[in-house]
Amino acid sequence: MAQMVTSGTSPEGPRPSYMYKVVLLGSMSVGKSSLAYRYVKNDFRELLPTVGCSFFTQVLELDEATVKFEIWDTAGQEKYQSVCHLYYRDAHAALLVYDIANKQTFSRAKLWLEELEKKFLPDEIVIALVGNKTDLAAEREVTTEEGEDFARTKGLLFMETSAKSNHQVNDVFMAIVQELLRREKEKAPRPSPHGRSTVDLRASGARTRCCRS
Amino acid sequence: MAADVHKKKSWEVSNGSLVPGDGQHTERSESPTPGLAQGTEPGAGQEGAMFVHTRSYEDLTSPEDGAAAVRSPEERRGEPAEQSSMEQISKDFSELSTQLTGMALDLDEEMRAGKEGKLEPSPQTTRRDSVLSGKEEEDVTMDAWRLHRKHVFVLSEAGKPVYSRYGSEEALSSTMGVMMALVSFLEAEKNAIRSIHADGYKVVFVRRSPLVLVAVARTRQSEQEIAHELLYIYYQILSLLTWTQLNHIFQQKQNYDLRRLLAGSERITDNLLDLMAHDPSFLMGAVRCLPLAASVRDAVSSSLQQAKAKSLVFSILLSGNQLVSLVRKKDQFLHPIDLHLLFNLISSSSSFREGEAWTPICLPKFNSSGFFHAHISYLEQEMDLCLLLVSTDREDFFTVSDCKRRFQERLRRRGVQHALHEALRTPFYSVAQVGIPDLRHFIYKSKSSGLFTSPEIEAPYVQEEEKERLLGLYQYLHSRAHNSSRPLKNIYFTGPRENLLAWVTNAFELYVCYSPLGTKAGAINAVNKLMKWIRKEEDRLFILTPQTY
Repeated sequence: MAQMVTSGTSPEGPRPSYMYKVVLLGSMSVGKSSLAYRYVKNDFRELLPTVGCSFFTQVLELDEATVKFEIWDTAGQEKYQSVCHLYYRDAHAALLVYDIANKQTFSRAKLWLEELEKKFLPDEIVIALVGNKTDLAAEREVTTEEGEDFARTKGLLFMETSAKSNHQVNDVFMAIVQELLRREKEKAPRPSPHGRSTVDLRASGARTRCCRS
Repeated sequence: MAADVHKKKSWEVSNGSLVPGDGQHTERSESPTPGLAQGTEPGAGQEGAMFVHTRSYEDLTSPEDGAAAVRSPEERRGEPAEQSSMEQISKDFSELSTQLTGMALDLDEEMRAGKEGKLEPSPQTTRRDSVLSGKEEEDVTMDAWRLHRKHVFVLSEAGKPVYSRYGSEEALSSTMGVMMALVSFLEAEKNAIRSIHADGYKVVFVRRSPLVLVAVARTRQSEQEIAHELLYIYYQILSLLTWTQLNHIFQQKQNYDLRRLLAGSERITDNLLDLMAHDPSFLMGAVRCLPLAASVRDAVSSSLQQAKAKSLVFSILLSGNQLVSLVRKKDQFLHPIDLHLLFNLISSSSSFREGEAWTPICLPKFNSSGFFHAHISYLEQEMDLCLLLVSTDREDFFTVSDCKRRFQERLRRRGVQHALHEALRTPFYSVAQVGIPDLRHFIYKSKSSGLFTSPEIEAPYVQEEEKERLLGLYQYLHSRAHNSSRPLKNIYFTGPRENLLAWVTNAFELYVCYSPLGTKAGAINAVNKLMKWIRKEEDRLFILTPQTY
C-alpha cells in the first residue's frame, strides 16, 4: 500500500500545521484506552473493554508547528482483529502497547509489529513500543531492558508508562510528534503540492454490507 | 441443524431485508372491533411502522426450528371471534374467575415466595466489575452459586463451555458436558429436549446449531419466556460474530473454544440478562419512547433525517433505554430485537462515553450474515443522549462522523436543545398524571407500531426486589395471555397486594396494576379512562410519524 506524504501543510499559517493519524494496538486489557484517555483528558478511570474502536482528536500547539492528532484506539479483543487493518491503514504512527506485568502481551506486541512491517515501509510509520502499567512494578514480568533491547533492534521508540499514575504518557506522544516532525523536516525541501492532504477512507469503498475479508 | 437457523419466517423476505408480511393487511381487515383495529389504536404510527411488523409475541418467540410448539395466530383464527368490547370484558371476568383457580394459586404462591425473600436482589453486581478482564468468578461449589434465580449457560455442540452467567466456564465444563449429553441423547432418538421441570426449577434448552443454550431458572416465568430470553442471548452472540462467521468457525473446527472470540464481551451478555430482568421492553417485544412534545420530537427527527449519508441505514437517538427518534432508509425496517441489542450494547459499555466509537455490529434479525458499522457517540458529556448511526460501509467513518456534526448543528439551529434538555430531566412520567386514584402502574403496547408506554414504577414498588416482583407479575400475566395452548384475552386477578388486569387484542396489549382495594367495576372504568388518556397523550408518548431519509 502506498503511503501518502506524512502530512499536509497549510501554507497560509505562520507555522505549518500537520495532521497525523495515530493508532494504538495491543492485546486486551493492556491499557490502550486508558493511555488515550489519560493523554486526551488527563484523567484515569477504570474503563470497560473497548467495543470496535474509539476515535479521539487532540490538537497540539508547538513552537514549530500545529499538530492535530487523530487517535484511533482499537479494541484488543480477538474478534475485532479482522477489522483492525481498517483502523491502522494510512496511520502515521502506531503505539504498540503491552502490559509489563504480563509477558504474553509483550509477545503479542511483537506479532503486531510483524503485521505492521508487512503493511508499511519503515519510513512510512513511526512505531513506539510502550510498556504500560509501571504502577504494577511489583508484578513485573517484562524487564525494562527486554523492552529496550527489542525496540533498539527493531528501530522503535521505547517508553514505559503508567496511565494510572500518569507516568510518561505525555512523553510518549511528544516523542512521537518529535520523530514525525523530524522526518517532516528531512523531506522538507520538497514542498507539498496539494496543500492539506487528508486521509481518504472512502478510496476503496465498495459498498458492501458485510465484511467477508 | 444448520438449516434451522437459516429458515426464514413467513414474514421475512428472502433478500434479508425485512418488511411487514402480507398477514398484516388481512389482520387489519379481519379485526372484529373496528374501533380498535390494528393501526388505529392509540400509539399506532400514522404513516406505517418503523419496525418490522411483529404481530405478536409469538412472532418473536416462535422457534425457528420449525417445531410446532407455538401455534401461529392464523391457526387460532378459527376460534370464536375476539371479545374485546368493554361489556364483554366484565362477562369474561366472571368466566375467568372460575377457570383461573390454577392461576390464582400460582400468583398466591408467587406472592408468598416474595415475602419469604425468595426474590433476593441479584448478587452478581460485584462480578466482572474489575474491568480489565481480571474477573472475579464465583466458586461454583458454593451454595451461594446454587441459589441464583436464573443460571444461563451457553455451550458448543462439542460440549465446550462458551458462557456462564455465574462462575467460571472452566469450572463448569463437566456440568455443560452433562447438558450436552442430555441434548444428544434425545436427539439420537430423533427427538429434542425442550425443558425439564423438577423441584421448582425449570431447565430450558434452546438449540441453535452450533450452539446450545440452557437456562436453569426458578423464576415464575413460563418455559416459553425463558426460551425467549435464551434466544436473545443467542442473537447477542450473533451480533458480535455474525451467523456466517459462527458457523464457519465450527465447520472448520468442531471443538473450537469460542470464548477466545467472545473475550471481553461477557459483560455485554451479563448486562443483557440483567436488563431482561428489569426492563419490560424485552417481555413486550417492543420499544419505549422518551416522553417528548411532538413538536420537539419532529424537529429532532427532521434534523436526523437531514444529516444523512449514502451509506446510512438507521439513525437512532436514544436516552437510557428509551427511544428519542429513529430515522431509517426507505423500505428498510429495524426489528425490535435488533434495537434491543443495540440498547444493550450501549448501556453495557462506558467506553462510548468518550470519543467516537466505530464498531462492526451484526443486526441478526435484519441480516445475520454480515456486519454493519455503527458510529456511537454521546451528544454531550453530561447528557444521557446517545446517537447511533448505522452504516453499511466500514470505510465511511469520517462521512458518518460528519453526519453527527451536521445533526448537532441543525439541532442548534432549530433551537430545540433546551426543550430536549428539559425532557431528559424527567425521562419518565408519573402514573398520577392519568388521574385514576387506584391505578398504580400499567404497560400499554401498540402492536402496529411496536412501541409501548409505561409510567415510572412508584411506591409501593420502591425497592429493587419489589420492582422485580411487579415485573414478575407482568411476566406471569403475559405468559398466561400468550399461552400457546390456551391464550387468554382478558385476565383480572384480585390479590392481597394488588389487583391485576390484562387485556390483549389484535391491536394492543394492556397490563394494569391497581391498588388491592379497588373493585372489578372500578378497574374496568379505569381501563376506559386510561385508554382515553393514552389517546390524548399519544403524540407525546409514541412516535406517530416515523421518518425515512
